[in-house]
Amino acid sequence: MSRPRKQVHLAAHFPGVNNTTVWADPRSKSQIDFSSFRHLAETAERGRFDFFFLAEGLRLRELKGRIHDLDVVGRPEALTVLAALAAVTDRLGLAGTVNATFNEPYELARRLATLDHLSAGRAAWNVVTTSDAFTGENFRRGGFLDRADRYTRAEEFVRLARELWDSWDADALPPGGEPDGGDLFVRPEGIRPVRFEGRHFSTSGVFNVPRSPQGRPVIIQAGDSDEGREFAAKTADVIFSRHGTLDSGKAFYADVKGRLARYGREPYQLKIMPAATFALGDTEEDAAENATHIRRQQVSPQTAIAFLEQVWGRDMSAYDPEGPLPDVDPDLSEGVWGGRVPLGDRVELAAKWRALAEEKKLSIRELVIEVTGRQSFIGTPETVAARIDEFVQADAADGFILVPHLTPGGLDDFVDRVVPLLQERGVFRTEYAGTTLRDHLGL
Amino acid sequence: MPESSSTEHAQEKAPDKAPEKELHIAVALDGAGWHPAAWRDLPDARTELFKARYWAGLVAEAERGLLDFVTFEDAFRLQSTLLDGLDGRGDQVRGRFDAVLLAARLAPLTSRIGLVPTAVTTHTEPFHVAIGIASLDHVSGGRAGWRPQVSARSTDAANIGRRDLPELTLEDVADLANLPQRVEDLFDEAADAVEVARRLWDSWEDDAEIRDVATGRFIDRDKLHYIDFTGPTFSVKGPSITPRSPQGQPVVAALAHDVVPYRLAARAADVVFVTPHGTEHVRSIITAVREAEAYVGREGRPLQVFADLVVFLDDEPGAAAARKTRLDELDGAELFSDALVFTGTPEELADLLLEWRAAGIEGYRLRPGALPYDLEGITRGLAPALRSRGAFRSAYEANTLRGLLGLPRPASRYATPEVVAS
Ligand SMILES: Cc1cc2nc3c(=O)[nH]c(=O)nc-3n(C[C@H](O)[C@H](O)[C@H](O)COP(=O)(O)O)c2cc1C
Repeated sequence: MSRPRKQVHLAAHFPGVNNTTVWADPRSKSQIDFSSFRHLAETAERGRFDFFFLAEGLRLRELKGRIHDLDVVGRPEALTVLAALAAVTDRLGLAGTVNATFNEPYELARRLATLDHLSAGRAAWNVVTTSDAFTGENFRRGGFLDRADRYTRAEEFVRLARELWDSWDADALPPGGEPDGGDLFVRPEGIRPVRFEGRHFSTSGVFNVPRSPQGRPVIIQAGDSDEGREFAAKTADVIFSRHGTLDSGKAFYADVKGRLARYGREPYQLKIMPAATFALGDTEEDAAENATHIRRQQVSPQTAIAFLEQVWGRDMSAYDPEGPLPDVDPDLSEGVWGGRVPLGDRVELAAKWRALAEEKKLSIRELVIEVTGRQSFIGTPETVAARIDEFVQADAADGFILVPHLTPGGLDDFVDRVVPLLQERGVFRTEYAGTTLRDHLGL
Repeated sequence: MPESSSTEHAQEKAPDKAPEKELHIAVALDGAGWHPAAWRDLPDARTELFKARYWAGLVAEAERGLLDFVTFEDAFRLQSTLLDGLDGRGDQVRGRFDAVLLAARLAPLTSRIGLVPTAVTTHTEPFHVAIGIASLDHVSGGRAGWRPQVSARSTDAANIGRRDLPELTLEDVADLANLPQRVEDLFDEAADAVEVARRLWDSWEDDAEIRDVATGRFIDRDKLHYIDFTGPTFSVKGPSITPRSPQGQPVVAALAHDVVPYRLAARAADVVFVTPHGTEHVRSIITAVREAEAYVGREGRPLQVFADLVVFLDDEPGAAAARKTRLDELDGAELFSDALVFTGTPEELADLLLEWRAAGIEGYRLRPGALPYDLEGITRGLAPALRSRGAFRSAYEANTLRGLLGLPRPASRYATPEVVAS
């Protein structure tokens, strides 16, 4: 039995502060000027994307106790930039990543409600829980929460935020048709006090932002652990995942959608959108060449050495990046990265990489290129459109959060060349049907 | 005052000290205006107040009037006529936006006017506030300011839930020169929060981004600095995650009514908003502000002293007072304000502003009684009146808020001055 073709959802990720973003390209522009954010957002809106997405990291990454200097560094406060983008876009959803550990619900709930009002219903919050003592050094609460506590805090946080968002009736502000719509600005009984006693939060009072156009801004979740998936199934409207291959995408999709029934939710109520990168070309060969060129830009000689140092835990600056891998074993005595998830078993990984390099005759730099993030979609606009459609119809995803490698023009080609083909296939909107992000996502 | 006095990057000329100096005029935006009944004269007030276009219209009007900046009020509580606690009233404006985001929403729609949101220091993370204001400076191309505000009320504290504060009583604030210690502590914390923000704003030197392909380095890490701030209620390591903003140091402006807040302003701010009720009062306030500067050992430029006034303006003599009386009747009480309430014609207001200027006031933050009516009284009545007396600009002379206020762009405090052979 056939079902109607699923529609593809697309989002634009502003290039991140990692080596996916290529800065040493003549087309690469400022990572902080508002004009760059504006360019990418306007491109995404021209392409009728669901939303624009900003990541967050509250401490600059360090390697061996020193600020990592090889990648793009520096970003603005996400919601502030999104509020400004609301002025220069009309329909595009505006999603900001904000940590649940280093914020308080009343403050963040009113910032998100404000953004929802100021964008006429386009706000989304990507709830992340990353917290370590390293990041905590910039905050009042400091410290570390282990994974279980991080998610109970995030769950309480979202629950309280939603109570606050729901605490003003939609008609608490009496509609004022006549010039003088009566003596009341607000019906006091249309605002309910919120009292919350939880493990992490104890608050009582009254929210001070009227109900926003979406009622509740869209919730995105981007954690991968079992706790993270359960939290998403219970709470989120969208998952931002790392599972961008067909097989792992299908497994993740089935797993997370399978958890929804437990919370009385339908599969359509949680959209799964893996991160995706791409390289386009006029022919398959051109595209492959372009992909290789981008990969070499992403892994500079210095980046290759730095990457190796993460695993070996040693100073490897004396090694030639175009030469063979070191034959010494990793030094396990110290953790080397701040602000990054530690890699698994480093001795095992080093052995695996040495074997791979030997087998394929790879230099250090070639090895790093080989083992790190190849583009998700490589090909002509036709093949890339077909692949995206295939992934979505095969339930490996509901759509993708595209991560371009160039600021700010990295989506120009995609929007000009791939989007029209998705539209021709009848799987992507040609015009926005609604005005809010919930409308775009079918929520 | 932790601000470098280097003028290396100064793009604007420093203000001269002549008494005929032009006045700075700012407008404080809040709800439908500062009279609690003003919303009744605003068509569709209940919906308009929560739409971007309402605020966009106000700021565009202020910019057409060549005003220096607008401020936006904020608080972590529902508005109330009570000092601390809710009044259950529905006949006044209730509900407000986060001020930093509101200012950011308006930035792309304007090009010259300064945008100065309130952000509370008592219940926020200094790191978040600092990057929020720096980001506002980026999106506005150098027009951001920050009005740090202390919140001593139990109502706000209970909403946030991070710290317990006892109810603030009339007795607590009866003598502003002798506030309870717990309230004084909040002012000290606010000074720390501004210090953290200022260090974070400097923690990236201007030329930290190098994009050096030969060495593969995007930044020169020696030009990023830990700020290592440690205080009684928070410590912050740094550096900022946000590169140094167009102004380097966004403008900090604090409202202050007595010695404790004067000292906060003297420690932390560029501009202080004060609330004199007459010319003699102006003189005594300015003396007190200068004493506070000496007391805290402020270095560099003295505070720019702005006076706050609530204003009702009509061209016809007597009309503004009659309008205010009508609004008082609608509200059931006479308008109460910490600032002097002025009713009159734009020419009369110009007289008063110039008289206070002679006593030492450099600028004004005018609080329109009703919006947009009294804002237009300022931009279309007062501004031309002052201009015809040589006391207000006839064109914007700078692209940044610091520039409009005659403040040079400071070098980062962490920058090592280049040794130049002479
Ligand atoms: C695709 C993806 C993007 C993420 N982006 C961010 C981010 O921008 N900022 C952040 O602090 N954490 C980010 N995270 C981290 C997660 O949100 C999460 O907090 C972290 O993975 C720990 O949760 P877990 O143990 O469930 O994976 C991201 C995770 C994924 C999978």
